[in-house]
Amino acid sequence: MKNYFRTLTFWKAAATVIIVAGVYSTIYRFTQGLGAATHLSDEFPWGIWIGFDILCGVGLAAGGFTLAAIVHIFHIKRFEPILRPTILTAFMGYLLVIFGLMFDLGRPLQIWHALIMWNPRSVMFEVAWCVMLYTTVLALEFSPVLLEKFGLVRAQKVMRKFTLPLIIIGVLLSTLHQSSLGSLYLIVPEKLYGLWYSAYLPVFFFFSAIAVGCAMIIFESFMSARTFKKGLETHLLSDIARVSVVMLAVYLTMKIADLSARGMFPLLIEPRTETYLYWLEMTVGVIAPLVLFSSHRVRDSRQGLFGGAVLIILGFMLNRMNISITGMEGWAGVTYFPSWMEISITLMIVTTGFIVFSLAAKHLPLFSHGENGPQSRGEPAGPVTGTHPMVDDFGEDLKRLSQPASATSYGGSHEIRFR
Amino acid sequence: MMRKKALLIDLTLCIGCNACQDACKVENHLAEGEEKRLSDTAYTALEEHDGVHVRRMCQHCIDPTCASVCPVGAFTKTAEGPVLYDESKCIGCRYCIQACPFQVPRYEWSSNYPRVQKCRFCADRLKKGLQTACAEACPTGATKFGDRDDLIREADDRRKAEPGKYVDRIYGLEEVGGTSVLYLSAVPFEQLGFKTRLAHTPLPMLTWQALSKIPTVVSVGGVFLYGIWWITNRRTEVERVEKEIKIQKRPSNGGSSTHS
Repeated sequence: MKNYFRTLTFWKAAATVIIVAGVYSTIYRFTQGLGAATHLSDEFPWGIWIGFDILCGVGLAAGGFTLAAIVHIFHIKRFEPILRPTILTAFMGYLLVIFGLMFDLGRPLQIWHALIMWNPRSVMFEVAWCVMLYTTVLALEFSPVLLEKFGLVRAQKVMRKFTLPLIIIGVLLSTLHQSSLGSLYLIVPEKLYGLWYSAYLPVFFFFSAIAVGCAMIIFESFMSARTFKKGLETHLLSDIARVSVVMLAVYLTMKIADLSARGMFPLLIEPRTETYLYWLEMTVGVIAPLVLFSSHRVRDSRQGLFGGAVLIILGFMLNRMNISITGMEGWAGVTYFPSWMEISITLMIVTTGFIVFSLAAKHLPLFSHGENGPQSRGEPAGPVTGTHPMVDDFGEDLKRLSQPASATSYGGSHEIRFR
Repeated sequence: MMRKKALLIDLTLCIGCNACQDACKVENHLAEGEEKRLSDTAYTALEEHDGVHVRRMCQHCIDPTCASVCPVGAFTKTAEGPVLYDESKCIGCRYCIQACPFQVPRYEWSSNYPRVQKCRFCADRLKKGLQTACAEACPTGATKFGDRDDLIREADDRRKAEPGKYVDRIYGLEEVGGTSVLYLSAVPFEQLGFKTRLAHTPLPMLTWQALSKIPTVVSVGGVFLYGIWWITNRRTEVERVEKEIKIQKRPSNGGSSTHS
């Protein structure tokens, strides 16, 4: 424990500075109001708290439902070892989105109004309900980890019965939610710049969310491998990268078809800020990773995997920021740049995410499923002989994974340690 | 049925005396003082474009965007025409400000419990059978209150009576499905800061196209996902049983594994 902190002094110091600044800004924002703390205005009512904390936050949590579907719906069980940390990240992502929303709402204590005051015509209403329901589903999907930690055998068995419906509901809610964030912008056809506005915004948001979900799974695996000095399942990540290639290819094709259908090709060469940022977004986040991940050699190399994933994530964030900020500035006739307080609160939220995740990874059975003994406390030793194949099958792949690399049946791939 | 009320604003008659704003501020108990732009203390304002005084205010759309986007239904369109905001419902998401095609709603940015501020079309006065405070105060008749249908007819008559005086358009007649505030002008509207390229269909239709697909996504998606699960699960089951049968046929193997 002590060693762990000693090696992370720089990050610890940085985190402290960020948290202190964030707490100051928090106090300022809630005592002086939105106008004093932010650069928001009537011309530009949504800033980085919506563009980054919400749009990017929700998107980056998309790994959760993507992997849950892969493991439990498509029964590709070899991905199970990385499911728990991914679900946790998604769960935390959503909690942080709600946390971030409290800063942005003018009347945060009234947030519960969405429960009883309904307006089914509003996309924001759909977003609100999806966030509420999906956060609940994620909490339930994550609950086995806690039940296991505290050795609650009976509760674990009950939860297993609900695994499939929960996963299906989770995937449906995510589909609705990811796409509805795009639908939010359907109402501003004049305001959002032509390169981004499209009737297919919800579809674009959905596919880019799956692609970035894959990238986040890869990114997180690298981060936890480095921080917790655990092995990296490169062969698994390589397959995840392959899924993202398909998603990016579909996305790129649709984007081109959409620009063509709307006759927006001329905008691609118009010399203005929007054009440059659009090209940056598409090159960094779609074309480059598509080319890179199409290559076997890149996908199977550590640097290639990590680099490609980072590109997708950066491009994704750029896309969401372009839609929420760059693309809206022209019509509004104002330039918006967040105040330092807006930035510090966003940084604080991100940092909180890192801290909570590393605490959870330290104290909960996330990676080392059954290794530290919590499972043996809760479950009888020996082969699992349950009746639910969906959950019980799971031991097999894990056994293979926990064996030395030379003994695994995955041809050519090895567990790689990150130094 | 209640007849829809409206305002006809003839920009050629406006002399920029600001009586409308003054009357509005008194009626709505807003902070005094002349303001040249809409604000959280000015529900209406006279903007000057090329020497023309352009009176800006909430358009009170027939199918209001703000009412459709608000997650808690804080905006309502009343039968008479006014679009009203209920601050007790508002959670402060500011989607109304983001979505309004006319950039009308203003926020109390300096407040710690902010409201959205915009013209109420003097809804309380209308209930008493009175006209809006601004129309009553207008000394030249530039702002005229009446039934929407009557005012459209009057606008047409004015254009016919003096051909060439007005541009060939009543702003607000068809914009985003029609609004309760109609404008006549001698100068092209695009030169006066009006949003002239708005579609003639109400904006809420755009989001509704997406929202109306939710039941389909949920039902088809649910069946689809369960179907995939059933197929992949069945495959695993079959593999397992086949293996078990093999093991039973060769008892010397011990049969320790129950998994595929």
